[in-house]
Amino acid sequence: MKHRSFFWFMLPSMAAMILFIALPIVSVFVQSLFVEHEQILVMTENCGPFGCQQETSIDVAAMAQLNQDKPMGQFNGFATYTNRSHLAFAEIQEAWQTAQSIGEFASKVLNLPFYRAVAFTLSYTFVVTPFVILAGLAIALGVNALPRMLKGPTIFLSLLPMIVTPLIGSLILFWMIDSRGIIGATLQMMFDDPNLSLKASPALTWITLFVYGIWHSAPFSFIVFYAGLQTVPQDTVEASMIDGASRWQRIRYVVIPYMMPLVTFITLMQLMDNFRVFEPIVGFSAQANATSLSYAIYNDLRGDSKLFGSAAATSMLTIAGVAVLLLPVLLRTWREFNRKAV
Amino acid sequence: MFLKKIAIAGAMSAFMGSTAYAGCGITSGSVRILANDFPAIQAVAEGAEACAGDGVEVSKNLTKEHNDLQVAALTTNPAQYTSAVVASSSIVPLMAADLIRPLDDLVAKHGAQLQRNQLVTIDGKVMAIAFMANAQHLFVRDDILAKVGLQAPKTYEDVLAVAKAIRDAGIMQYPFAMNTMTGWNLGEEFVNMYMGTGAPFFKPGTAEVAINNEHGIATLNMLKSLTEYSNPDFLTYDSNVTQALWESGGVAIANMWGSRGSAVLDSEGSTDEVVSNTSLISAPTWGGGSTNASTLWWDGFTISKNISDEDAEATFLALLNGISPEHVAKNADKAVWLVSGYEPTPAAKGTIATAQGTTPPYPMIPFMGALHTALGNELSDFLQGNESAEQALADVEAAYTAAAKEQGYLQ
Repeated sequence: MKHRSFFWFMLPSMAAMILFIALPIVSVFVQSLFVEHEQILVMTENCGPFGCQQETSIDVAAMAQLNQDKPMGQFNGFATYTNRSHLAFAEIQEAWQTAQSIGEFASKVLNLPFYRAVAFTLSYTFVVTPFVILAGLAIALGVNALPRMLKGPTIFLSLLPMIVTPLIGSLILFWMIDSRGIIGATLQMMFDDPNLSLKASPALTWITLFVYGIWHSAPFSFIVFYAGLQTVPQDTVEASMIDGASRWQRIRYVVIPYMMPLVTFITLMQLMDNFRVFEPIVGFSAQANATSLSYAIYNDLRGDSKLFGSAAATSMLTIAGVAVLLLPVLLRTWREFNRKAV
Repeated sequence: MFLKKIAIAGAMSAFMGSTAYAGCGITSGSVRILANDFPAIQAVAEGAEACAGDGVEVSKNLTKEHNDLQVAALTTNPAQYTSAVVASSSIVPLMAADLIRPLDDLVAKHGAQLQRNQLVTIDGKVMAIAFMANAQHLFVRDDILAKVGLQAPKTYEDVLAVAKAIRDAGIMQYPFAMNTMTGWNLGEEFVNMYMGTGAPFFKPGTAEVAINNEHGIATLNMLKSLTEYSNPDFLTYDSNVTQALWESGGVAIANMWGSRGSAVLDSEGSTDEVVSNTSLISAPTWGGGSTNASTLWWDGFTISKNISDEDAEATFLALLNGISPEHVAKNADKAVWLVSGYEPTPAAKGTIATAQGTTPPYPMIPFMGALHTALGNELSDFLQGNESAEQALADVEAAYTAAAKEQGYLQ
């Protein structure tokens, strides 16, 4: 394609990308460098239905002038990135100097909100992603071997977890695993332990979230693999059958190598999706035991006390995290692409 | 043709304008209400909507996420909503951003029906009209108390004794519940319990937090002792869960919002045995203090700054209609109304008992929100037994300080 026609061909999507993705990211980055102005506080007498109190208030008139002169607030550089709510350099340094053992250091680091969120986010990503790929491949191979009549209904049923909205799906499971719900009560009976609660212990909460994540995403990888299975060259499969390959050997040496590009594709998508895990934490009310980077952003932007700079900094760190995660996969794809080009 | 249409439309509107007169004394204007979503506020909004018609438009958005919307929605000019219905804490961000107008002139002109204590004044100016009160207090089951032979608890030490007796008698393994969901709910429980010590949250005259002391540790230990009588799932308990738990008969003592009283005492969702034996009593004191471990909250309406004076007056009148003594009398069971002529119902007993004791109002301090958030996020490790009370308080202090620095309250 000529450069000129390529340019015109790409222009609409490039314009949309710049307008709706690149510019907002720049604006979020700029936001993350600022904090609010130093508040001018005054003592006022506030009265209400329950009597009067001397309370601290903001001097609104004085602040209005300040905000008009400098609407962005005070420039703070990268200090928001390094404060306790994010990378916490000072706290980590102190923990390193005072901790007696590696275990103590780790527990001090995991007590910091950002690292606690990173720990869960990474565990979720690296546990859920491989299981989603394996489960999807297994379901696809199973469905592909079914008689034609059963295929349609089976595919529909297998896709259900993905069709259900994540928040609704997680809420339904949340109610089922309640100690008075059907799964929770059954587990208590099976293990004969009336105190067993999937919501109370951190380990069980994590496992619940992992299982939910696999249940929810497996249909995505299933449908991609199922589409891929339809294009596996039958002559190669037949040739291997003539050579006496078993079903397992055919899958291992013919089907899987053929599907490797799809594995790369699903890995990329799942790494990105799982790194941004959010809905199940809200749905399962799991914030006591598991928080993610997305949850931290959401938490900063709610309620009576909003932290825009802090949320912006966490957003930038999330983008950086996704970039680091995807780098190996992208590099590999790039090398293979170059090899083929030569 | 086009001109003719315009002429007819003009004539129509002039005609309607001259005769329009809704029951609330409003002739024109737009009323747009943003509010929380529970029965009492639904009733107020209905009363305001009765003013619609003949050139007066009334619309409402009742949502639990109202305080996430309000600052952005009122910042635009003209504001998206002419009124934000707020509570003790959610008025603070609106004040800080200078988005609501003083109501003194409107009160002087139209406020004959209002009582003195409905006026929320900040630095001498009326900024909101309060219409209902709310507080967390105890709900107890009389039949179960009778079974273990104990009186209704007056202190949290009594609550622990009753809970222990119920457990020891084999009646319930987890007789107690409170709203301890990680986040805002858990923060509120700490604030309430700490209020019972009478100690201040901040060093006087500054935004420096002052809870990392023996009062804070005692507060945490009391919360922990209580949660040991609560179901292990307690960190996922909000008002909806505790209400359902109460109605199912699964607990015998609970610390819940007074505004849940009418739903608990109605005939829906529960059995006669539970409803007829439920008593609503005052929030308890603890640790030998005389201050109830609770905070008093008001709900009231404000009027946006960035709207025309005409819309402001229309909104004020429409909302006054929503809290008129006649309208409130029809909805008496839905809240503890602060309106003149209100006759308390059984569902209001607990909140009124709490307010009659020494119970402080929830502080209207601009940095209280940041502390509340920090408390809500940092205490669950301690309550699960994973860290010490000292460490939990140090974490709260550090999280609050980071947030307060970003918001410009600390340097």
